[in-house]
Amino acid sequence: MDFTTQLLIAAISAGTPLLLATLGGILNERAGIIQLGAEGLMLMGAVITCIVYIRSGSLIVALLATVAVTAVLGLLHSFLCVTLRANQTMSGLAMTLFGSGLSAYLGKPISGIPLPGTSPKLHMSWLEPIPVIGKIFSNMDYLTWFSLLLVLVLHLLIHRTSWGLHLRAVGDSPATADVMGIRVQLIRYSYVIAGAALIGLAGADMVLAYAPTWNEGLTAGRGWIAVGLVIFARWNPLRALFCAYFFGALDSLGFRIQLLGSVVPSYFLKMIPYIVTILVLMYLGYRNRNKPSGTPEALGVPYIREQRF
Amino acid sequence: MSPKDVSNAAVIEPTPSKPAKRMSFRLEYDSSRIRSPWWTPILSVILALLLCAIFIAANGMSPVTVYQKMFHGAFGTAYGFTETMVKAIPLLLCGLGIAVAYRISVWNIGAEGQLTVGAMAATAVTIYFPDLPSFWAITLMLVFGFAAGAFWGLLTAVPRTHFGVNELITSLMLNYVALLALDYVVFGPWKDPKGFNFPGSPMFTDAQSLPVLGTSRLHIGLLFGLVAVVIYYLMIKFTKWGYELKLIGANPTAARYAGIHIKRHIIIVMLISGGLAGIAGMAEVSGVTHKLMQGISPGYGYTAIIVAWLAKLNPVGLIVTSILFGGLIVGGFSVQTIGLPSSISEMLQGSILFFLIAGDMIHRFRIRRNA
Repeated sequence: MDFTTQLLIAAISAGTPLLLATLGGILNERAGIIQLGAEGLMLMGAVITCIVYIRSGSLIVALLATVAVTAVLGLLHSFLCVTLRANQTMSGLAMTLFGSGLSAYLGKPISGIPLPGTSPKLHMSWLEPIPVIGKIFSNMDYLTWFSLLLVLVLHLLIHRTSWGLHLRAVGDSPATADVMGIRVQLIRYSYVIAGAALIGLAGADMVLAYAPTWNEGLTAGRGWIAVGLVIFARWNPLRALFCAYFFGALDSLGFRIQLLGSVVPSYFLKMIPYIVTILVLMYLGYRNRNKPSGTPEALGVPYIREQRF
Repeated sequence: MSPKDVSNAAVIEPTPSKPAKRMSFRLEYDSSRIRSPWWTPILSVILALLLCAIFIAANGMSPVTVYQKMFHGAFGTAYGFTETMVKAIPLLLCGLGIAVAYRISVWNIGAEGQLTVGAMAATAVTIYFPDLPSFWAITLMLVFGFAAGAFWGLLTAVPRTHFGVNELITSLMLNYVALLALDYVVFGPWKDPKGFNFPGSPMFTDAQSLPVLGTSRLHIGLLFGLVAVVIYYLMIKFTKWGYELKLIGANPTAARYAGIHIKRHIIIVMLISGGLAGIAGMAEVSGVTHKLMQGISPGYGYTAIIVAWLAKLNPVGLIVTSILFGGLIVGGFSVQTIGLPSSISEMLQGSILFFLIAGDMIHRFRIRRNA
């Protein structure tokens, strides 16, 4: 395999957790709720997957448990932000701090124990003969396929169905949506919970396909990068795909350059994704300075129907 | 029906057609109740302790024993108490910086990185000017620490003011950059040649170390923190700048129409915020570790966020909460001896923040019986 194919495969492998987390973030923010707890949710997702997979030996049970636990955390976030109308920034921050603390606490006994298996792969040998693409797609794991499918489903959901219309209405103008008979609180709750569960799956993918064992703070800021990617992708699932793989490529590029015998110390190569995140966001801010950025209009604004619940 | 009843019924709910068989309640939201009662922080801490007790019990330990052990470790002995105060110093300095930024809703979560670059800059002074007399060494380290932290804060502020980039993301990304830079210098150019190949800078000389109280590890950095708190109080209370911050915090649009340069204020508060965290980093290397190494901060920058929020950005509250959280960190370390991970203190911190933000809102709701 040549360097490009290897890099593409690495980019997809490193980009899939980012993609899942970004899609989760898009669902949250399209409904008008900021999700800054991505880092904590990913860590919780990763640790729950590890614990349940090691204890039960069943991947399905582990993934179900991950979805369940992170959905409960999503419920907590939506209760604070939708029902109590609390500060969404602070709630997300609390989620990150609580998630990293709790995941370190729960993960201590299984730290360093390898998982019983990695994410199962879908072998499609008939694709092999096609150059480059065949190599990439013939041997991808189920979670990656799931994430690709999800991009398509969410794209259609958001832009082509009445559910998506309701979702966008709730995120852009909850008062209008409410007048039209859409149940704003219910929609916000559902999408925040679904989004949190997706971010949890992103954490699961990190341990299944990317890092072989649980380590404290294993996500190393990828949750935050995903928060940036939501903006980078302009709240659009299709763009999220390219953005996530682009960052996946950056993430693995440093490692590859190091293997090629670079003179630049590895510490600087590891800084690349973080610095590029900032630069990309600055570029977007500069480019979109005089036009709408695609931000849901009511993002971060709690909806209060006067004196009613 | 008296006229009063009729008017009430018209405003709130249509009168039920038949008499209600069971009592029903509804929640009423009153957005005018902005000030939360004084006891919400205390209640938050208690509820967080109860929540984490569940996790401790699930681990097969008695929560009471664990909390007793933590409390004793942090406040029960003279050594423990001075250690708590040592940990409270960076929390106070970072928390103060964060409080300044949060006054105008600039969500700086980059104190960890700002502290790290402050520590690196202070160490740079010891490496490139090794023979300065004590006074000049310490002064220069302070200035460099402040400047480096402020510069790191500026890197967060400028994308926000001139490019509209959310400061949360920028400041967090810069934390990782700062930690990687720290790794680079302690493994690379600044590694102690006599350090048996361990990562870390050479030990500071006595002239480069902050004076300590007696034989304890409690250093003069505490004074920096207290002085900064007093200045913060005076600035907020008595200057035009403090008034403008209050105005921006209360209503940014009104402040802009009143002719206040919000961008300039964002840059100023981020310089102060970063600079204070930088001083915390300088105090940490010069007063506690006496050399630059990995893990100089066990997450002070993140804990300081909760310190600032729990104190409701109030100067006296900051002193109290930073001592409390210093105790929490020391207590977290002390339960390691009975086989519990020290991350229990992180977990407690996160849950305190959850209860706190819920508590800030929950008093705005009133339960009313439906008529």
